[in-house]
Amino acid sequence: MEPPAEHVHWLFATGFLLLGLCLLARAIVGEGVWSRRPWRAYLWPALLFALGVLMWPVMVFYTNSTIHMIAHGAWAQTMMLAGAAELGLVRGKLHQTAWRLAMPLALAASGVALLIHEQNGWLFARAAFLHHALGWTALVGAIFPLVGAFRRRSAVWSSGFALTLVVISVLLYSDRDVAPIFGHLSPLAGEPHR
Amino acid sequence: MSTQLISERVAAGHRSLRARAVGALGPLTMLGGVAWAFLQPYRITLLHPRGQGFWWLLVEPPLLAIAVGVVFALFVAPGVIEDLEAEEH
Repeated sequence: MEPPAEHVHWLFATGFLLLGLCLLARAIVGEGVWSRRPWRAYLWPALLFALGVLMWPVMVFYTNSTIHMIAHGAWAQTMMLAGAAELGLVRGKLHQTAWRLAMPLALAASGVALLIHEQNGWLFARAAFLHHALGWTALVGAIFPLVGAFRRRSAVWSSGFALTLVVISVLLYSDRDVAPIFGHLSPLAGEPHR
Repeated sequence: MSTQLISERVAAGHRSLRARAVGALGPLTMLGGVAWAFLQPYRITLLHPRGQGFWWLLVEPPLLAIAVGVVFALFVAPGVIEDLEAEEH
């Protein structure tokens, strides 16, 4: 009764899209207005933490190689770390600015894990292309929360971070089972599905 | 036309650019999902449900994108706009 792997990607894409919209609204109105209602201040860090928790069953049930398993474990850990750090900052339990670096660390580590665990070239199959695209998006996108940690009032950096998550969600929605990418599909990838 | 309706329209007319931007996020996401459904109708398995399994009928990306837009527009955006307008006035 487990969902196919591509469905899991689409469900995570949905989570990232909601996360991106919340962060975009927060970037537009500013942190002060966004945090006026306590539940809203906790919303996006809690969602990020929940996505990290939900990544563990994905690691257990869907990975078929050690490197694949380690990559999923890294995403689970870094998302939970970033979500927990932001929850601690919102709650007032954490005060050091350095905790704000958990988010860029999570994005950078996730990007590196994506790039390292994809063994094939960009045009091997759609999944390979998406792994490369997701990896570079996360790695380059880490610049936004990194600079945003020090320039808290800048809408540019916070909007860039939110849009990075929206792009990640679009890429995750684009995942399919064995499928060509821009007309390319390696014969080693197998028969295309759907 | 009732005075309440007129005052609501006047208030909407004065709505700031930021409030409009937040208010547009949900509908734009929904619109994106609808446009996607027209561009890739084969990704809506409800349109061809015969022989499809449970997960193929439950998880349909364009509908999920529309659902996110609906959730954001109904449960997140109104409060944000209200708080933004309270601060601006």
